Amino acid sequence: MTIKEIQKEIIDEFSMFDDWMQRYEYMIELGKSLPLIEEQYKTDDNLIKGCQSKVWVHAELDGDKLVFTADSDAIITKGIIAILVRAFSNQKPQDIIDADVEFIDEIGLKEHLSPTRANGLVSMIKQLKLYAVAYQTQLK
Amino acid sequence: MTETTLDIQAIRKDFPILQREVNGHPLVYLDNAATSQTPRQVIDTIVDYYQRYNANIHRGVHTLSQEATDAYEVARQKIQKHFDIAHSHEVIFTSGTTQSINLVATGFTSFLKEGDEIIVSAMEHHSNIVPWQMLCERTGANLKVIPMNLEGELVMEKYHELLSYKTKLVFCNHVSNALGTINPIEEIIEAAHKVGAAVLIDGAQAAAHIKADLQALDVDFYTVSAHKMCGPTGVGMLYGKEEWLKKLPPYQGGGEMIAEVTFEKTTYAELPHKFEAGTPNICGGIAFGAALDYMNKIGFGAIAQYEDELMQYATEQLLDIDGLKIYGTAAKKTSVISFNIEGVHPYDIGTIVDKLGIAVRTGHHCAQPIMDFYQIPGTVRASFSFYNTKEEVDKLVEGIKRASNMLL
Repeated sequence: MTIKEIQKEIIDEFSMFDDWMQRYEYMIELGKSLPLIEEQYKTDDNLIKGCQSKVWVHAELDGDKLVFTADSDAIITKGIIAILVRAFSNQKPQDIIDADVEFIDEIGLKEHLSPTRANGLVSMIKQLKLYAVAYQTQLK
Repeated sequence: MTETTLDIQAIRKDFPILQREVNGHPLVYLDNAATSQTPRQVIDTIVDYYQRYNANIHRGVHTLSQEATDAYEVARQKIQKHFDIAHSHEVIFTSGTTQSINLVATGFTSFLKEGDEIIVSAMEHHSNIVPWQMLCERTGANLKVIPMNLEGELVMEKYHELLSYKTKLVFCNHVSNALGTINPIEEIIEAAHKVGAAVLIDGAQAAAHIKADLQALDVDFYTVSAHKMCGPTGVGMLYGKEEWLKKLPPYQGGGEMIAEVTFEKTTYAELPHKFEAGTPNICGGIAFGAALDYMNKIGFGAIAQYEDELMQYATEQLLDIDGLKIYGTAAKKTSVISFNIEGVHPYDIGTIVDKLGIAVRTGHHCAQPIMDFYQIPGTVRASFSFYNTKEEVDKLVEGIKRASNMLL
């Protein structure tokens, strides 16, 4: 599936919920499905700055596709990163670079997108895209 | 415990912000240790200043400038009276506690030499750690730390052991912002003076709950931020004993702080102006005075008693929640409850209860050494003010339970 298709799928899933509580509960569920980063990669270098909670992300190439693994010590943050990883993992770096993230708005998590928000969702997206840029250069 | 005689519902009407809703719920504001809310009386003072007599002070001959100067100086006298300070020129207006501390730390650069010692407590806010570390770097002095125990109390025996003829300065907060502990500052000050050391007490967290009598305390420096006691942000005070303020060099150069300027030499103005370079936060200073008037009208005794009642009630209710642990269980504490639920990150709890309209603080509260001590990433902190109610405590408890059910 393309990033767009996956995002559409996530939007459809979230549209089933009427209130924030159900959305958050689902997000917490999604957090549990996050492909976990291997302990050896849980280093300070892989830590995303700007979060009240800790978020580690690791990226590696599988053929011409970029695969992300991650973890967080906070459950809601883990849910957010799980949604991002689901949308962006196993995709070509160039597609990740080109992808927009408006779907975050559509699933009712817009409040987390504010750059001043302490959860660092914006930093997470930036970090995923930076990995894509780095590996895109490597692929060339 | 006796019930409060304060009319809390009437008091709440003084605070317009308490009428608003957050995420579809009536606001429950329990982040008072970060900043307190502002009563209409203070807001009106701010509006009145800008609508009627906004002018620069101390220099103008015109009426507006005179009125603004008078109001600003009256505010200084209100602060002097409130904190029982001997002279109004010992009250220095600053932008708040952080600037007050930096003013003293910078000024002490020329008084310290290599091998001198500075003692700081283990439960300081970063603003009362970093300036002293910088002072040590500049002078070669050494920083010593008074340790704390698991209850969140300073180990006073260790403090007395640390004191020596090498000790030049001691710094401690009156009340810990992260744990709520009321520190034994009388003992700290007395012992420091016996070895000839000066003492700075950071009163930022205490001032809204305890009326400090600075002459009786015999403290050398005391710092306060107005926004923690119903005043506006960006203004606060540094109290310094006259003898110290005369010795300390000016902090910043500029207008207002000079007596005479030629290109060869400048002579500095008398206290307090020597430390008040440039146009100050005039409106903020006046509003700080109005905030003190407001709180004194309610009465600090009644405020302290009611806040204790709230804190005890909240402590009992919170401890009923499965897996909840309170950090900071000192025998003497005020208005702050720092806690975690086993297995849950404080950030997750803060996010969920915000959805229910409840404002609490999560994180390290600018006191990372305390979090390292307990080996936790942070805590959830609920902090109370005299306008909070037991019903709000109940909503907090219900919110925490709901968050806990979702997250565990």
